[in-house]
Amino acid sequence: MDWQAIWLSVSLAAIVSTILLIVSLPLAYWLTFSRNRWTFLVEAVVSLPLVLPPTVLGFYVLLAIGSRSAIGQLWMAWTGHGLAFTFEALIVASVLYSLPFAVQPVAASFAQVDATLREASSTLGASRMRTFLRVTLPLSVEGVIAGLVLSFAHTVGEFGVVLMVGGNLPGVTRTVSIAIYDHVQALQYREANQTALVLLVFSFLVLVAVYGLRRKPWAMAPMA
Amino acid sequence: MLSVTLGKRLSPQFALDVAFTATPGITILFGASGSGKTTVLRAVAGLTRPDTGRIGVGDRTLFDAATGIDVPVERRRVGYVFQQLALFPHMSIADNIAYGLCSLPADERRARVSAIAESFRITGVLDHRPGQTSGGERQRAALARALVTEPSLLLLDEPLSALDRPIQSRIIEDLRRWNETHRIPVLYVTHGHREVFALGERVIVLEDGHVVATGSPHEVLDQPGRESLANLAGFENVFEGTVIERRTAAGTMQCRIGVDHAELEVPLSSAGVGSQVRIAIRAGDILVANQEPRGVSARNILRGRLVEVRREGATMIASIEAGQVFAVHLTPGGFESLGLAVGAPLWLIIKTYSCRLVAG
Repeated sequence: MDWQAIWLSVSLAAIVSTILLIVSLPLAYWLTFSRNRWTFLVEAVVSLPLVLPPTVLGFYVLLAIGSRSAIGQLWMAWTGHGLAFTFEALIVASVLYSLPFAVQPVAASFAQVDATLREASSTLGASRMRTFLRVTLPLSVEGVIAGLVLSFAHTVGEFGVVLMVGGNLPGVTRTVSIAIYDHVQALQYREANQTALVLLVFSFLVLVAVYGLRRKPWAMAPMA
Repeated sequence: MLSVTLGKRLSPQFALDVAFTATPGITILFGASGSGKTTVLRAVAGLTRPDTGRIGVGDRTLFDAATGIDVPVERRRVGYVFQQLALFPHMSIADNIAYGLCSLPADERRARVSAIAESFRITGVLDHRPGQTSGGERQRAALARALVTEPSLLLLDEPLSALDRPIQSRIIEDLRRWNETHRIPVLYVTHGHREVFALGERVIVLEDGHVVATGSPHEVLDQPGRESLANLAGFENVFEGTVIERRTAAGTMQCRIGVDHAELEVPLSSAGVGSQVRIAIRAGDILVANQEPRGVSARNILRGRLVEVRREGATMIASIEAGQVFAVHLTPGGFESLGLAVGAPLWLIIKTYSCRLVAG
C-alpha cells in the first residue's frame, strides 16, 4: 500500500478545501446577492474548470507559475526556489480546479434561504454581516458542508492537473491517482488494485455523506 | 407621529402615490390585494426605496428623495411583522425574540424576553423551535420579537390573516393592551373588515396606489362611497338599480333592481328618476322570515326562494333569489328555527337605511 501517496493526497485535499471554504463564502455571497450586472461573467469564469480538460487548466497554471512568469519570479525571490513542480504549485492548481465544486453548492444554498428572513433580520437592527453570520450561514450549513466535502473529494481524485503542474516526485507531488497510474505502468496490478480500492471506498463514503446531508435538519420547521 | 409622502412606479400600469400621517395608536391601511398596501409598509421600513417623497417619524427623517437621505433598514428602529412572520427556523422562540437585543447585556436581555413573553402569553414555548409551535403562538412570537426592541414605529403586514377568528381576536386584544402603554404609531395592513372594526382608531383606504378615504372605521366603512370599498367593507350585496320614484318629503326613493321588478326603498339622494344607482347592503343586515311578515316597520319586504346555503365558521351564508341573488348571514340557530330547505319560499326584510348608495 502506498501510504506516502495517500497521506500526500489527504493533506493536499485538506489544505485545498480549507482555502476553498474561506474563498467560496464571500465569492458565493457576492454571486448570489450582488446586483452587479456582470456577476454572470464571474460565474462563467468560476465554472470554467467544470468543462475545461484538466490538461488545459494545468498548462495555463504552469505558464502562470513558471520561472519566467511574474508570479514564478516573485516566488523565486521570496523562497529561493521555483514554484512549478512543488507541493505549493499543487495547492494553487487544485484550488482553481476545485473552485466550482465549492462555490456552486454554497451559492445555491445561500439563494434558497428565504429573503424575508434576511429582511426580518435587518428590521431587527442587524448589520449585513450579522445577518449573514446568524441567519444566512446557519441556514446554509448543508450547502457549505457539501461544498467542503466535494472539493476535498475532487482534489483527492484529480490526475491531469497534478501531472501537468506537479509532475511525479515521491513525497512531494506524487498523489494517490498518480501512484495508481505508476503501478499500472509498471504492471504492478496488486498494488494498483489496493490503492484504487481505497479511493473507491473513500469516494463512495463521501457521496453517502453528501446525500445523507440533503435531508434537511430543519425540515420540521415551516419556513412561514 | 409618522408622516409619509411617497411615489413609486412599480410597473408601467401601476404607480403608488400616497400621502398620509399616522398618530400614536393603531392606523389601519385598508385595501384589496394589489392596492399597494404592502409596498407602503416596505417603503416605510426601508426595504423598498421610493422614487420620490419623504418619510419621517417624529423629528427623525428616514427618507427624503430631495436631500438624498435614506437611513438603512437596520438603523430605522422600525418594528416589522411580516405576513409570513419570518421567524428564524433554526432558533428557539426565546432566541428569536432576543435577536434584536444583541447590544444589551445578557441578563437584561433575558429579563426583557421573559417580560414580553409574559405579556404575549408564550412563556411556555420559549424553548421550542418555531416549527414545534402552533400558528397562534408563532404569531405572538413574531409580535413579541418586533416589540421587544421598543421600536419607534410598528408595521404589521396582514399578521392575523392565517388564523382562526377566536385566536385573532385574542391577539388583537393583547396588541391593543400593549399599545395603551406604548403609544407609538402602529400601521396595520389588512383587507379584512372585521379586523378594521376590532382594531382601528383610524382607517386609511388605498385603491390602485392612491388614498381614497380616511377616517374612523365607522365613518369610512359604514358609508362606503365606492363600490370597491363597499365590497371590502363587508357589503356583500351590491346591486344596480334604477330610480323609479322620489319621495322628497319622506327622504326616500324607490328603486327597481334586477329583472323581476323587485323594488327597494332606499335613502334619498340627488339621483333623478330614471337614473342608475348602486345599492350596497350588508349580508348581516337582512332579516329572513319563512312566512309573509305583517306589521313590520321595515319598508322592504321581498319574496324569494332559497338557492343555496353553506356554513363558514359560526355563520350560515344563504344565497336567496329575490329578483337578484342576495347573500344573507344567519346564525346556525336562527337558520334551524326557520326550518328551510333549498327551494323553499321565504321573505327578506330590509330596512331603508340598511341600503347604502355607492358610486361605481
